[in-house]
Amino acid sequence: MTLKRVFWIVGVLGLAPFGWALYVRFFTHPDASNLGSVVPWGLHVAQYIYFVGLSAGSFLISSLVYVFGMKRFEPVGRLAVFTAIVTLLMALLTIGLDIGHLERFWHVFAYVNPVSPMAWMIWMYAIYLVILAVEFWFLMRRDMAVAARSRGWRGTVARILTIGSRDASDASLARDMRYVKVAATIGVPLAIMFHGGVGALFGVLASRPLWHTPLFPVIFIVSALASGGALLVAASAIFQEGWRVHRAMIVDLGRLVLGFLLLDILMQISEILIGVYGADPSYLASLNLVVGGSYAWVFWIVQLGLGVALPLLCLATPLRHDSRAVVVGCSSIVIAFIGVRLNIVLPGLSPEEIRGLTLAVTDPRVSSAYVPSAWEWTLSLGIVAVGLVIFGLGEIFLPLSRHLPDAAEQA
Amino acid sequence: MDLIQLTSRREFLKYAAVGAVAASVVAHEAVQAATLPERKHHWGMVIDTRRCVGCEACVVACKIENKTPPGVYYTIVTKEPLPGSPTGRPVFMTKPCFHCEEPPCVPVCPVNATYKRKTDGIVVVDYDRCIGCRYCVAACPYGARYADFGDDYELSPLAGETVSPEYKQYRPRVPGTSPIGNTRKCSFCLHLQDDQGEYDRDAGRWPACAKTCPGHAIHFGDLDDPESEASILLRERNAIRLKEERGTEPSVYYLF
Repeated sequence: MTLKRVFWIVGVLGLAPFGWALYVRFFTHPDASNLGSVVPWGLHVAQYIYFVGLSAGSFLISSLVYVFGMKRFEPVGRLAVFTAIVTLLMALLTIGLDIGHLERFWHVFAYVNPVSPMAWMIWMYAIYLVILAVEFWFLMRRDMAVAARSRGWRGTVARILTIGSRDASDASLARDMRYVKVAATIGVPLAIMFHGGVGALFGVLASRPLWHTPLFPVIFIVSALASGGALLVAASAIFQEGWRVHRAMIVDLGRLVLGFLLLDILMQISEILIGVYGADPSYLASLNLVVGGSYAWVFWIVQLGLGVALPLLCLATPLRHDSRAVVVGCSSIVIAFIGVRLNIVLPGLSPEEIRGLTLAVTDPRVSSAYVPSAWEWTLSLGIVAVGLVIFGLGEIFLPLSRHLPDAAEQA
Repeated sequence: MDLIQLTSRREFLKYAAVGAVAASVVAHEAVQAATLPERKHHWGMVIDTRRCVGCEACVVACKIENKTPPGVYYTIVTKEPLPGSPTGRPVFMTKPCFHCEEPPCVPVCPVNATYKRKTDGIVVVDYDRCIGCRYCVAACPYGARYADFGDDYELSPLAGETVSPEYKQYRPRVPGTSPIGNTRKCSFCLHLQDDQGEYDRDAGRWPACAKTCPGHAIHFGDLDDPESEASILLRERNAIRLKEERGTEPSVYYLF
């Protein structure tokens, strides 16, 4: 229970900075970020692709259960779908507060540009969110119908969420699972397309050689699977005491995550190899920033240390049979992927497009250097806190980790 | 005869639907072709680096003309020496938006807020459409696009009261309203065009940077008009464009 308590404390304490960041955003300075026109995307865009990756990844892992019928991951199935929903909402919250005119978000549906990868991505995740909601409702419906019979506020919440459905029979459960399979099956290509679309969004920009590789959309999908799978291990540890209760599943998930991590490393290496020999000056400048710039510690300590070395130690050595080590390795991956995402966004943008651009004028908004402002950090932490609180509330109100006994049948 | 008998209602509807879609596409294309205005001009610039003294009067003139806030520069002057230059002497280059014939910033916009004008090829931003995602800023290979983060020249007596004539929209600078939160860029001062879309150099309706340049380094004109000053310079001198390999076809040339 201690992990869960830490989770709640962090979440609730984080709501205050979130409130302050919102106040600043809407009532004082319209944009208190340290972004500029050389680095127009920063911490929040990195955080956005981080959360979107976690969402696509955990959804795809859940599809192993609901599409491909791999029963051994069943204990984490509903948790995975819920994780996919919460992380996607966190991603949308992050990017919504990052763009200049949030009140015009409907423009992306009304004035869609069919050749913009950003438009593809937005349409894909809009549909994906609906599919997720439908799938999750059918996954939870029977247990909510059971819970709706109980008194108290949990029963009240359940009665609202079931939208009038009270059938808790086994036949209705079987019917629900058929709908779940349909929704999950539609969701799989959607999740691949929308997260591949996020990668394409970066990859199509010939102006940014670090991103402009055909492997980019594919890497996004693989890294989503690695980080999403790792997050599920961490979530299971926090909410289900998975390292004790679902030991075999955690070990299996660890092997899965190891596979995706190795594939991700392979792709990263091939990309760097091709890039270095291609010797595009801007690519080399970006790569130099990654391995030797002022954020080099993110690459060496966070990405390689927390993201590769420690996970390999926990997942690829005999330690991999110990579910506690798997939890440590996977939690390390979840944290390290923030660094992975930052190292995609910032070094790709930082090299000036025209030599001398940043020296031509002396202006903090026209600079290759970017350090997130206090406001950006606060908002980022606040959004994480909001996500934790939503997740914790879901865990309280929804029977994510177990099926409720049918009280009517027992009586 | 056989065909008609074999066709069920379902098939008929199917063919009818396909036919209707095809017809509407053809009709749409035809209407577009008939109603779209023709290309009248190809505005561009030929910038003579040998004439540029690096005074940056163009940068200042542009800021005053367009009332751009801090952090937004529709033109800048780079002062880098050529690679391997023995003297290290800087080459001054003023760099507005290149108004590319194949602008990479346009197709990426998720809401069609930025586009290339059909009549004269100027790449513009619809401030009321733009959602401020800054994708186009990342997509421009020339650093010609700037995000307006809402800063202001706080020491200026006019802070908060400036009205930009851009696009003939005369927007006052009010927090929370466009162009704050939008992407901004050089528009070749198109607010100085008359109703027919023509500039007039003698009347002073000419892009501010070109009008102000004391060394006459910036030659603005219609690249489609063989008798324009810009076209003549392009014929007579050796011009280059930046990052030709990107296939962007910039409308701004440099003479060395």
